[in-house]
Amino acid sequence: MSHHRIALEAVGFTYPDGTAALADVSLEVTHGESVAIVGANGAGKSTLLLHLNGVLLATRGRVVVGDLPVTKDTLPHVRRTVGTVFQDPDDQLFMPTVFDDVAFGPLNLGMPEAECRDRVQACLEQVGAWHLRNRPPHRLSGGEKRRVAIAAVLAMSPDILLLDEPSTGLDPRGRRQVIELLRGFTHTKIVVTHDLDLVLRLCPRTVILSEGRVAADGPSKRLLADAALLERCGLEGPPEALVCPRCGDGSRL
Amino acid sequence: MNGPHAAFDLGTLDRLSQGTSPIHQLDPRAKLLVTLAFVVAVVSLDKYAVADLLPFFLFPVLILARSGVPFRFVARKVAVVAPFAILVGVFNPLFDQAIVLRIGEFGVTGGWLSFASILLRFALTIGALLLLVATTSVPALGRAAERLGAPSVFVMQILGLYRYLFLLVGESQRTLRAYRLRAADGGRPAWRIFAQILGQLLLRAVARARRVHEAMLCRGFDGELRLMGTLRFAGRDWTFLALWLAAFIALRFLRPAEMLGALVTGGAQ
Ligand SMILES: Nc1ncnc2c1ncn2[C@@H]1O[C@H](COP(=O)(O)OP(=O)(O)OP(=O)(O)O)[C@@H](O)[C@H]1O
Ligand SMILES: [Mg+2]
Repeated sequence: MSHHRIALEAVGFTYPDGTAALADVSLEVTHGESVAIVGANGAGKSTLLLHLNGVLLATRGRVVVGDLPVTKDTLPHVRRTVGTVFQDPDDQLFMPTVFDDVAFGPLNLGMPEAECRDRVQACLEQVGAWHLRNRPPHRLSGGEKRRVAIAAVLAMSPDILLLDEPSTGLDPRGRRQVIELLRGFTHTKIVVTHDLDLVLRLCPRTVILSEGRVAADGPSKRLLADAALLERCGLEGPPEALVCPRCGDGSRL
Repeated sequence: MNGPHAAFDLGTLDRLSQGTSPIHQLDPRAKLLVTLAFVVAVVSLDKYAVADLLPFFLFPVLILARSGVPFRFVARKVAVVAPFAILVGVFNPLFDQAIVLRIGEFGVTGGWLSFASILLRFALTIGALLLLVATTSVPALGRAAERLGAPSVFVMQILGLYRYLFLLVGESQRTLRAYRLRAADGGRPAWRIFAQILGQLLLRAVARARRVHEAMLCRGFDGELRLMGTLRFAGRDWTFLALWLAAFIALRFLRPAEMLGALVTGGAQ
Protein backbone atom coordinates (compact mmCIF):
# COMPACT_ATOMS: atom_id res chain seq x y z
CA MET A 1 0.00 0.00 0.00
CA SER A 2 1.44 3.33 -1.00
CA HIS A 3 -0.55 4.70 1.92
CA HIS A 4 2.24 3.86 4.30
CA ARG A 5 4.99 5.46 2.30
CA ILE A 6 6.73 8.56 3.51
CA ALA A 7 9.41 10.47 1.65
CA LEU A 8 11.56 13.57 1.99
CA GLU A 9 12.85 15.07 -1.22
CA ALA A 10 15.81 17.41 -0.75
CA VAL A 11 14.22 18.98 2.30
CA GLY A 12 15.75 22.04 3.87
CA PHE A 13 14.46 23.94 6.88
CA THR A 14 15.57 27.14 8.55
CA TYR A 15 13.96 28.30 11.81
CA PRO A 16 12.63 31.87 11.86
CA ASP A 17 15.63 32.93 13.96
CA GLY A 18 17.98 31.85 11.15
CA THR A 19 19.13 28.48 12.54
CA ALA A 20 19.54 26.14 9.59
CA ALA A 21 18.33 22.88 11.16
CA LEU A 22 17.97 20.75 8.01
CA ALA A 23 19.97 21.01 4.82
CA ASP A 24 19.07 18.86 1.85
CA VAL A 25 17.67 15.73 3.49
CA SER A 26 16.39 12.99 1.20
CA LEU A 27 14.90 9.84 2.59
CA GLU A 28 12.27 7.28 1.72
CA VAL A 29 10.53 4.92 4.09
CA THR A 30 8.21 2.28 2.70
CA HIS A 31 5.38 0.16 3.99
CA GLY A 32 6.07 -1.76 7.20
CA GLU A 33 9.62 -0.54 7.62
CA SER A 34 11.00 0.32 11.01
CA VAL A 35 13.62 3.03 10.76
CA ALA A 36 15.75 4.64 13.46
CA ILE A 37 16.94 8.21 13.17
CA VAL A 38 19.99 8.84 15.30
CA GLY A 39 22.43 11.71 15.64
CA ALA A 40 24.09 13.96 18.19
CA ASN A 41 22.19 16.66 20.09
CA GLY A 42 21.10 19.37 17.73
CA ALA A 43 21.61 17.22 14.63
CA GLY A 44 18.06 18.01 13.53
CA LYS A 45 16.22 14.80 14.46
CA SER A 46 13.23 16.39 16.15
CA THR A 47 13.00 19.00 13.44
CA LEU A 48 12.90 16.21 10.87
CA LEU A 49 10.11 14.43 12.74
CA LEU A 50 8.05 17.62 12.90
CA HIS A 51 8.16 17.72 9.11
CA LEU A 52 6.65 14.28 8.82
CA ASN A 53 3.54 15.24 10.77
CA GLY A 54 3.16 18.66 9.24
CA VAL A 55 3.87 20.70 12.38
CA LEU A 56 6.69 22.30 10.39
CA LEU A 57 6.52 22.88 6.66
CA ALA A 58 9.74 22.54 4.67
CA THR A 59 11.29 25.80 3.50
CA ARG A 60 12.98 23.90 0.65
CA GLY A 61 12.20 20.60 -1.07
CA ARG A 62 9.08 18.63 -0.23
CA VAL A 63 7.72 15.95 2.07
CA VAL A 64 5.33 13.30 0.78
CA VAL A 65 3.05 11.27 3.02
CA GLY A 66 1.15 8.50 1.25
CA ASP A 67 0.62 9.98 -2.19
CA LEU A 68 0.20 13.59 -1.12
CA PRO A 69 2.78 16.30 -0.52
CA VAL A 70 2.54 17.86 2.94
CA THR A 71 1.04 21.33 2.58
CA LYS A 72 -1.48 23.37 4.56
CA ASP A 73 -4.31 21.83 2.53
CA THR A 74 -3.32 18.22 3.08
CA LEU A 75 -2.77 18.51 6.85
CA PRO A 76 -5.99 16.67 7.80
CA HIS A 77 -4.92 13.75 5.61
CA VAL A 78 -1.39 13.82 7.00
CA ARG A 79 -2.58 13.81 10.58
CA ARG A 80 -4.89 10.91 10.02
CA THR A 81 -2.11 8.91 8.40
CA VAL A 82 0.72 9.77 10.76
CA GLY A 83 0.58 9.34 14.53
CA THR A 84 3.20 11.10 16.65
CA VAL A 85 4.30 10.06 20.12
CA PHE A 86 6.07 13.14 21.42
CA GLN A 87 9.23 13.15 23.48
CA ASP A 88 7.61 14.42 26.67
CA PRO A 89 4.37 12.55 27.45
CA ASP A 90 3.27 15.50 29.58
CA ASP A 91 2.97 17.53 26.39
CA GLN A 92 0.75 14.92 24.90
CA LEU A 93 -1.54 13.93 27.75
CA PHE A 94 -3.48 17.15 28.10
CA MET A 95 -6.91 15.80 28.98
CA PRO A 96 -7.94 15.45 32.62
CA THR A 97 -8.24 11.65 32.62
CA VAL A 98 -6.53 8.85 30.74
CA PHE A 99 -9.81 7.76 29.17
CA ASP A 100 -10.64 11.25 27.90
CA ASP A 101 -7.16 11.62 26.54
CA VAL A 102 -7.26 8.46 24.48
CA ALA A 103 -10.75 9.39 23.28
CA PHE A 104 -9.61 12.85 22.19
CA GLY A 105 -8.23 11.85 18.79
CA PRO A 106 -11.04 9.52 17.65
CA LEU A 107 -13.70 12.07 18.71
CA ASN A 108 -11.92 14.71 16.64
CA LEU A 109 -12.05 12.34 13.69
CA GLY A 110 -15.82 12.28 14.14
CA MET A 111 -16.11 8.76 15.50
CA PRO A 112 -19.47 8.02 17.17
CA GLU A 113 -19.31 7.73 20.95
CA ALA A 114 -20.16 4.03 21.28
CA GLU A 115 -17.50 3.04 18.77
CA CYS A 116 -15.06 5.43 20.38
CA ARG A 117 -15.58 3.81 23.76
CA ASP A 118 -14.68 0.40 22.31
CA ARG A 119 -11.69 1.82 20.51
CA VAL A 120 -10.38 3.46 23.68
CA GLN A 121 -10.73 0.23 25.59
CA ALA A 122 -9.03 -1.80 22.86
CA CYS A 123 -6.08 0.58 22.65
CA LEU A 124 -5.61 0.89 26.40
CA GLU A 125 -5.75 -2.90 26.71
CA GLN A 126 -3.22 -3.24 23.93
CA VAL A 127 -0.68 -1.22 25.90
CA GLY A 128 -1.70 -2.81 29.21
CA ALA A 129 -3.12 0.39 30.70
CA TRP A 130 -6.88 -0.18 30.81
CA HIS A 131 -6.81 -0.21 34.62
CA LEU A 132 -5.50 3.38 34.55
CA ARG A 133 -8.46 4.73 32.57
CA ASN A 134 -9.94 6.95 35.29
CA ARG A 135 -6.66 8.34 36.56
CA PRO A 136 -5.57 11.89 35.92
CA PRO A 137 -2.30 11.87 33.95
CA HIS A 138 -0.42 13.68 36.71
CA ARG A 139 -0.85 10.59 38.87
CA LEU A 140 0.93 8.25 36.48
CA SER A 141 4.53 7.06 36.50
CA GLY A 142 6.80 7.84 33.57
CA GLY A 143 6.34 4.41 32.03
CA GLU A 144 2.57 4.51 32.44
CA LYS A 145 2.44 7.95 30.85
CA ARG A 146 4.44 6.70 27.90
CA ARG A 147 2.13 3.74 27.38
CA VAL A 148 -0.97 5.90 27.59
CA ALA A 149 0.56 8.34 25.11
CA ILE A 150 1.14 5.45 22.73
CA ALA A 151 -2.44 4.25 23.20
CA ALA A 152 -3.74 7.76 22.50
CA VAL A 153 -1.93 7.74 19.18
CA LEU A 154 -2.96 4.17 18.32
CA ALA A 155 -6.59 5.14 18.90
CA MET A 156 -6.51 7.19 15.72
CA SER A 157 -5.37 4.09 13.80
CA PRO A 158 -2.53 5.78 11.97
CA ASP A 159 -0.65 3.92 9.24
CA ILE A 160 2.67 5.41 10.25
CA LEU A 161 3.99 5.87 13.79
CA LEU A 162 6.53 8.55 14.66
CA LEU A 163 8.22 8.21 18.03
CA ASP A 164 10.53 10.83 19.55
CA GLU A 165 12.85 9.24 22.11
CA PRO A 166 10.36 6.63 23.34
CA SER A 167 12.74 5.14 25.92
CA THR A 168 14.13 8.28 27.58
CA GLY A 169 13.36 8.60 31.26
CA LEU A 170 12.23 5.01 31.68
CA ASP A 171 13.74 2.49 34.06
CA PRO A 172 15.22 -0.67 32.49
CA ARG A 173 11.98 -2.58 32.95
CA GLY A 174 9.72 0.14 31.58
CA ARG A 175 12.13 0.55 28.71
CA ARG A 176 12.05 -3.15 27.87
CA GLN A 177 8.25 -3.16 28.02
CA VAL A 178 8.00 -0.23 25.64
CA ILE A 179 10.42 -1.89 23.23
CA GLU A 180 8.43 -5.13 23.34
CA LEU A 181 5.21 -3.21 22.78
CA LEU A 182 6.60 -1.38 19.76
CA ARG A 183 8.03 -4.60 18.33
CA GLY A 184 4.50 -5.99 18.29
CA PHE A 185 3.19 -3.24 16.01
CA THR A 186 2.99 -3.79 12.28
CA HIS A 187 2.86 -0.07 11.50
CA THR A 188 5.54 1.69 9.56
CA LYS A 189 7.70 3.14 12.34
CA ILE A 190 10.14 6.01 12.44
CA VAL A 191 11.94 6.26 15.77
CA VAL A 192 14.14 9.15 16.85
CA THR A 193 16.41 8.02 19.65
CA HIS A 194 19.72 8.19 21.46
CA ASP A 195 19.20 4.63 22.67
CA LEU A 196 21.31 2.61 20.24
CA ASP A 197 20.46 -0.61 22.02
CA LEU A 198 16.80 0.08 21.27
CA VAL A 199 17.75 0.66 17.67
CA LEU A 200 19.29 -2.80 17.41
CA ARG A 201 16.21 -4.40 18.94
CA LEU A 202 13.59 -2.49 17.03
CA CYS A 203 14.86 -1.08 13.77
CA PRO A 204 16.59 -3.03 11.02
CA ARG A 205 17.45 0.23 9.28
CA THR A 206 19.16 3.34 10.63
CA VAL A 207 19.58 6.86 9.31
CA ILE A 208 22.32 8.90 10.91
CA LEU A 209 21.84 12.66 10.86
CA SER A 210 24.70 15.03 11.34
CA GLU A 211 24.38 18.81 11.21
CA GLY A 212 21.13 18.65 9.31
CA ARG A 213 22.32 16.17 6.69
CA VAL A 214 22.02 12.43 6.20
CA ALA A 215 25.48 11.12 7.07
CA ALA A 216 24.62 7.47 6.58
CA ASP A 217 21.60 5.33 5.74
CA GLY A 218 21.72 1.55 5.91
CA PRO A 219 21.31 -1.61 7.99
CA SER A 220 21.50 -0.81 11.72
CA LYS A 221 23.87 -3.69 12.47
CA ARG A 222 26.44 -2.45 10.02
CA LEU A 223 26.17 1.29 10.79
CA LEU A 224 26.26 0.89 14.56
CA ALA A 225 29.32 -1.32 14.34
CA ASP A 226 31.21 1.28 12.32
CA ALA A 227 33.12 3.03 15.11
CA ALA A 228 34.76 5.53 12.80
CA LEU A 229 31.44 6.60 11.31
CA LEU A 230 29.81 6.94 14.73
CA GLU A 231 32.77 8.93 15.99
CA ARG A 232 32.53 11.26 13.02
CA CYS A 233 28.84 11.88 13.75
CA GLY A 234 29.37 12.51 17.45
CA LEU A 235 27.89 9.19 18.56
CA GLU A 236 29.02 6.30 20.69
CA GLY A 237 28.24 2.68 19.92
CA PRO A 238 25.74 0.64 21.95
CA PRO A 239 27.10 -1.41 24.88
CA GLU A 240 26.79 -4.66 22.91
CA ALA A 241 28.98 -3.31 20.14
CA LEU A 242 31.56 -2.16 22.67
CA VAL A 243 31.77 -5.58 24.25
CA CYS A 244 32.04 -7.30 20.90
CA PRO A 245 35.78 -7.79 20.26
CA ARG A 246 35.43 -7.68 16.48
CA CYS A 247 33.49 -4.47 16.05
CA GLY A 248 34.00 -2.54 19.32
CA ASP A 249 36.69 -0.06 20.23
CA GLY A 250 38.09 -1.82 23.30
CA SER A 251 39.94 1.23 24.59
CA ARG A 252 36.65 3.00 25.25
CA LEU A 253 35.42 0.38 27.70
CA MET B 1 4.82 14.06 43.15
CA ASN B 2 4.88 16.01 46.38
CA GLY B 3 5.05 19.48 44.87
CA PRO B 4 1.42 20.53 44.90
CA HIS B 5 0.94 19.69 48.58
CA ALA B 6 2.68 22.85 49.61
CA ALA B 7 0.49 25.08 47.46
CA PHE B 8 -2.97 25.20 48.99
CA ASP B 9 -2.99 21.42 49.36
CA LEU B 10 -4.08 20.80 45.81
CA GLY B 11 -2.90 17.24 46.13
CA THR B 12 -5.17 16.57 49.11
CA LEU B 13 -8.12 18.23 47.43
CA ASP B 14 -7.51 16.17 44.33
CA ARG B 15 -7.34 12.97 46.34
CA LEU B 16 -10.46 13.78 48.36
CA SER B 17 -12.37 14.39 45.15
CA GLN B 18 -11.78 10.78 44.11
CA GLY B 19 -13.85 9.51 47.06
CA THR B 20 -16.92 7.29 46.80
CA SER B 21 -19.42 8.72 49.33
CA PRO B 22 -23.07 9.28 48.34
CA ILE B 23 -22.23 12.94 47.80
CA HIS B 24 -19.28 12.06 45.55
CA GLN B 25 -21.57 9.87 43.47
CA LEU B 26 -24.10 12.60 42.73
CA ASP B 27 -24.15 14.02 39.23
CA PRO B 28 -21.70 16.94 39.15
CA ARG B 29 -24.34 19.13 37.51
CA ALA B 30 -26.64 18.70 40.52
CA LYS B 31 -23.83 19.62 42.91
CA LEU B 32 -22.70 22.54 40.79
CA LEU B 33 -26.21 24.00 40.53
CA VAL B 34 -26.99 23.52 44.21
CA THR B 35 -23.69 25.11 45.25
CA LEU B 36 -24.22 28.06 42.93
CA ALA B 37 -27.76 28.54 44.26
CA PHE B 38 -26.37 28.41 47.78
CA VAL B 39 -23.78 31.06 47.02
CA VAL B 40 -26.34 33.32 45.37
CA ALA B 41 -28.78 32.93 48.28
CA VAL B 42 -26.09 33.69 50.86
CA VAL B 43 -24.55 36.61 49.01
CA SER B 44 -27.85 38.24 48.18
CA LEU B 45 -29.03 38.64 51.78
CA ASP B 46 -28.93 42.22 53.03
CA LYS B 47 -25.70 43.53 54.45
CA TYR B 48 -26.70 43.41 58.09
CA ALA B 49 -27.88 39.81 57.90
CA VAL B 50 -26.35 37.72 60.65
CA ALA B 51 -29.11 35.67 62.16
CA ASP B 52 -30.55 34.98 58.72
CA LEU B 53 -27.22 33.49 57.68
CA LEU B 54 -26.97 31.01 60.52
CA PRO B 55 -29.50 28.42 59.21
CA PHE B 56 -27.51 28.25 55.99
CA PHE B 57 -24.79 26.39 57.89
CA LEU B 58 -27.10 23.42 57.63
CA PHE B 59 -25.95 22.87 54.05
CA PRO B 60 -22.17 22.59 54.57
CA VAL B 61 -22.65 20.69 57.80
CA LEU B 62 -24.85 18.04 56.18
CA ILE B 63 -22.59 17.75 53.14
CA LEU B 64 -19.60 17.44 55.45
CA ALA B 65 -21.30 14.67 57.40
CA ARG B 66 -22.46 12.74 54.33
CA SER B 67 -19.28 13.06 52.28
CA GLY B 68 -16.71 12.15 54.91
CA VAL B 69 -14.53 15.12 53.98
CA PRO B 70 -12.56 15.89 57.16
CA PHE B 71 -13.89 18.96 58.96
CA ARG B 72 -10.35 19.99 59.90
CA PHE B 73 -9.37 20.18 56.25
CA VAL B 74 -12.21 22.54 55.35
CA ALA B 75 -11.80 24.59 58.53
CA ARG B 76 -8.12 25.08 57.90
CA LYS B 77 -8.67 26.20 54.32
CA VAL B 78 -11.38 28.63 55.40
CA ALA B 79 -8.98 29.98 58.02
CA VAL B 80 -6.39 30.53 55.29
CA VAL B 81 -8.71 32.88 53.40
CA ALA B 82 -10.17 34.51 56.52
CA PRO B 83 -7.62 37.38 56.44
CA PHE B 84 -9.07 38.46 53.10
CA ALA B 85 -12.54 38.60 54.59
CA ILE B 86 -11.22 40.57 57.54
CA LEU B 87 -9.47 42.94 55.16
CA VAL B 88 -12.69 43.48 53.23
CA GLY B 89 -14.78 44.15 56.31
CA VAL B 90 -12.36 45.72 58.76
CA PHE B 91 -13.33 49.33 58.08
CA ASN B 92 -17.04 48.79 58.44
CA PRO B 93 -17.10 49.23 62.23
CA LEU B 94 -15.25 52.57 61.81
CA PHE B 95 -17.47 53.99 59.12
CA ASP B 96 -20.86 52.70 60.17
CA GLN B 97 -21.40 53.61 63.82
CA ALA B 98 -25.17 53.76 63.90
CA ILE B 99 -26.72 51.45 66.46
CA VAL B 100 -28.97 49.00 64.66
CA LEU B 101 -29.47 46.27 67.21
CA ARG B 102 -29.88 46.18 70.96
CA ILE B 103 -29.04 43.12 73.00
CA GLY B 104 -29.95 43.93 76.58
CA GLU B 105 -28.12 47.15 77.38
CA PHE B 106 -25.48 46.66 74.63
CA GLY B 107 -25.95 48.52 71.39
CA VAL B 108 -24.45 46.84 68.34
CA THR B 109 -23.43 49.24 65.57
CA GLY B 110 -24.25 48.56 61.93
CA GLY B 111 -20.53 48.38 61.20
CA TRP B 112 -19.92 45.49 63.56
CA LEU B 113 -22.99 43.72 62.31
CA SER B 114 -21.99 43.98 58.66
CA PHE B 115 -18.45 42.95 59.61
CA ALA B 116 -19.80 39.80 61.23
CA SER B 117 -22.02 39.28 58.23
CA ILE B 118 -19.07 39.44 55.85
CA LEU B 119 -17.12 36.92 57.90
CA LEU B 120 -20.06 34.53 57.97
CA ARG B 121 -20.67 34.85 54.25
CA PHE B 122 -17.03 34.18 53.56
CA ALA B 123 -17.03 31.08 55.73
CA LEU B 124 -20.24 29.83 54.14
CA THR B 125 -19.37 30.41 50.50
CA ILE B 126 -15.72 29.35 50.71
CA GLY B 127 -16.74 26.31 52.74
CA ALA B 128 -19.40 25.33 50.22
CA LEU B 129 -17.09 25.80 47.25
CA LEU B 130 -14.36 23.80 48.96
CA LEU B 131 -16.82 21.01 49.66
CA LEU B 132 -17.90 21.07 46.02
CA VAL B 133 -14.32 20.68 44.82
CA ALA B 134 -13.53 18.09 47.51
CA THR B 135 -16.50 15.93 46.45
CA THR B 136 -16.31 16.46 42.68
CA SER B 137 -13.21 16.09 40.54
CA VAL B 138 -12.24 19.06 38.41
CA PRO B 139 -12.71 17.06 35.20
CA ALA B 140 -16.25 16.19 36.28
CA LEU B 141 -16.92 19.84 37.09
CA GLY B 142 -15.61 20.89 33.70
CA ARG B 143 -17.86 18.37 32.04
CA ALA B 144 -20.82 19.53 34.09
CA ALA B 145 -20.16 23.14 33.13
CA GLU B 146 -19.93 22.14 29.49
CA ARG B 147 -23.21 20.21 29.62
CA LEU B 148 -24.87 23.15 31.36
CA GLY B 149 -23.91 25.34 28.43
CA ALA B 150 -20.69 27.03 29.55
CA PRO B 151 -18.55 28.13 26.57
CA SER B 152 -16.16 25.47 25.33
CA VAL B 153 -13.18 27.81 25.58
CA PHE B 154 -13.90 28.42 29.24
CA VAL B 155 -14.21 24.71 29.99
CA MET B 156 -10.97 24.03 28.16
CA GLN B 157 -9.22 26.70 30.22
CA ILE B 158 -10.36 25.05 33.43
CA LEU B 159 -9.37 21.57 32.33
CA GLY B 160 -6.02 22.76 30.98
CA LEU B 161 -5.29 24.75 34.10
CA TYR B 162 -6.07 21.75 36.28
CA ARG B 163 -3.92 19.47 34.15
CA TYR B 164 -0.91 21.75 34.02
CA LEU B 165 -1.13 23.36 37.44
CA PHE B 166 0.50 20.30 38.93
CA LEU B 167 3.33 20.42 36.40
CA LEU B 168 3.74 24.15 36.87
CA VAL B 169 3.91 23.93 40.63
CA GLY B 170 6.40 21.08 40.39
CA GLU B 171 8.50 23.03 37.93
CA SER B 172 8.55 26.15 40.11
CA GLN B 173 9.61 24.15 43.10
CA ARG B 174 12.42 22.48 41.20
CA THR B 175 13.61 25.84 39.94
CA LEU B 176 13.55 27.33 43.43
CA ARG B 177 15.39 24.33 44.83
CA ALA B 178 18.03 24.63 42.11
CA TYR B 179 18.43 28.27 43.10
CA ARG B 180 18.69 27.49 46.81
CA LEU B 181 21.32 24.83 46.26
CA ARG B 182 23.54 27.32 44.52
CA ALA B 183 22.66 30.49 46.41
CA ALA B 184 25.33 31.78 48.75
CA ASP B 185 23.09 32.08 51.79
CA GLY B 186 20.54 29.48 50.76
CA GLY B 187 17.75 31.76 51.87
CA ARG B 188 14.94 33.55 50.14
CA PRO B 189 15.99 34.89 46.74
CA ALA B 190 16.30 38.65 46.29
CA TRP B 191 13.51 40.33 44.36
CA ARG B 192 15.57 40.83 41.24
CA ILE B 193 16.50 37.17 41.07
CA PHE B 194 12.99 36.15 41.94
CA ALA B 195 11.74 38.13 38.97
CA GLN B 196 14.25 36.36 36.74
CA ILE B 197 13.10 32.97 38.00
CA LEU B 198 9.50 33.95 37.33
CA GLY B 199 10.47 35.03 33.83
CA GLN B 200 12.14 31.67 33.27
CA LEU B 201 9.04 29.83 34.43
CA LEU B 202 6.87 31.94 32.18
CA LEU B 203 9.06 31.21 29.16
CA ARG B 204 8.94 27.52 29.93
CA ALA B 205 5.18 27.63 30.32
CA VAL B 206 4.87 29.33 26.95
CA ALA B 207 7.15 26.74 25.33
CA ARG B 208 5.12 23.97 26.87
CA ALA B 209 1.87 25.50 25.73
CA ARG B 210 3.25 25.57 22.21
CA ARG B 211 4.23 21.90 22.34
CA VAL B 212 0.89 20.90 23.84
CA HIS B 213 -0.92 22.77 21.11
CA GLU B 214 1.18 21.01 18.47
CA ALA B 215 0.34 17.66 20.04
CA MET B 216 -3.36 18.58 20.01
CA LEU B 217 -3.19 19.54 16.35
CA CYS B 218 -1.51 16.24 15.54
CA ARG B 219 -4.53 14.49 16.98
CA GLY B 220 -7.01 16.29 14.82
CA PHE B 221 -7.90 19.19 17.13
CA ASP B 222 -9.82 21.90 15.28
CA GLY B 223 -10.73 24.27 18.09
CA GLU B 224 -13.77 22.42 19.31
CA LEU B 225 -13.65 20.40 22.50
CA ARG B 226 -15.43 17.05 22.27
CA LEU B 227 -16.11 15.20 25.47
CA MET B 228 -17.78 11.85 25.90
CA GLY B 229 -21.22 12.03 27.48
CA THR B 230 -20.71 9.96 30.59
CA LEU B 231 -23.07 11.97 32.82
CA ARG B 232 -26.42 10.53 33.83
CA PHE B 233 -28.96 12.46 35.87
CA ALA B 234 -30.63 9.90 38.13
CA GLY B 235 -33.54 10.09 40.58
CA ARG B 236 -31.34 10.88 43.55
CA ASP B 237 -29.81 13.80 41.64
CA TRP B 238 -33.25 15.27 41.06
CA THR B 239 -34.08 14.78 44.73
CA PHE B 240 -30.85 16.42 45.86
CA LEU B 241 -31.37 19.34 43.51
CA ALA B 242 -35.06 19.87 44.33
CA LEU B 243 -34.74 19.58 48.09
CA TRP B 244 -31.81 21.93 48.44
CA LEU B 245 -33.20 24.51 46.03
CA ALA B 246 -36.45 24.48 47.97
CA ALA B 247 -34.52 24.81 51.23
CA PHE B 248 -32.47 27.76 49.97
CA ILE B 249 -35.56 29.55 48.66
CA ALA B 250 -37.29 29.04 51.99
CA LEU B 251 -34.28 30.24 54.00
CA ARG B 252 -33.73 33.19 51.71
CA PHE B 253 -37.27 34.53 51.46
CA LEU B 254 -39.21 33.21 54.45
CA ARG B 255 -36.38 33.95 56.87
CA PRO B 256 -37.29 31.44 59.56
CA ALA B 257 -34.15 32.71 61.23
CA GLU B 258 -35.92 35.63 62.86
CA MET B 259 -36.94 33.17 65.54
CA LEU B 260 -33.68 31.28 65.56
CA GLY B 261 -31.81 34.57 65.62
CA ALA B 262 -33.82 35.73 68.57
CA LEU B 263 -32.88 32.51 70.32
CA VAL B 264 -29.17 32.83 69.57
CA THR B 265 -28.75 36.52 70.34
CA GLY B 266 -31.11 36.20 73.27
CA GLY B 267 -28.89 33.44 74.63
CA ALA B 268 -25.87 35.75 74.48
CA GLN B 269 -27.19 38.01 77.23
N1 LIG C 1 12.22 26.51 17.88
C1 LIG C 1 13.49 26.65 17.43
N2 LIG C 1 13.94 27.86 17.04
C2 LIG C 1 15.20 28.01 16.59
N3 LIG C 1 16.08 27.01 16.49
C3 LIG C 1 15.72 25.78 16.86
C4 LIG C 1 14.38 25.53 17.36
N4 LIG C 1 14.30 24.22 17.66
C5 LIG C 1 15.50 23.68 17.36
N5 LIG C 1 16.35 24.61 16.88
C6 LIG C 1 17.74 24.39 16.43
O1 LIG C 1 17.72 23.51 15.33
C7 LIG C 1 18.77 22.57 15.42
C8 LIG C 1 18.22 21.15 15.38
O2 LIG C 1 17.42 20.95 16.55
P1 LIG C 1 16.63 19.63 16.85
O3 LIG C 1 15.77 19.89 18.01
O4 LIG C 1 16.00 19.14 15.60
O5 LIG C 1 17.83 18.65 17.26
P2 LIG C 1 17.76 17.16 17.79
O6 LIG C 1 18.56 16.35 16.86
O7 LIG C 1 16.36 16.74 18.02
O8 LIG C 1 18.54 17.28 19.16
P3 LIG C 1 18.29 16.50 20.54
O9 LIG C 1 19.01 15.20 20.40
O10 LIG C 1 18.98 17.37 21.54
O11 LIG C 1 16.83 16.37 20.76
C9 LIG C 1 19.54 22.90 16.68
O12 LIG C 1 20.64 23.67 16.32
C10 LIG C 1 18.57 23.72 17.50
O13 LIG C 1 19.26 24.66 18.28
MG1 LIG D 1 15.11 16.22 19.82
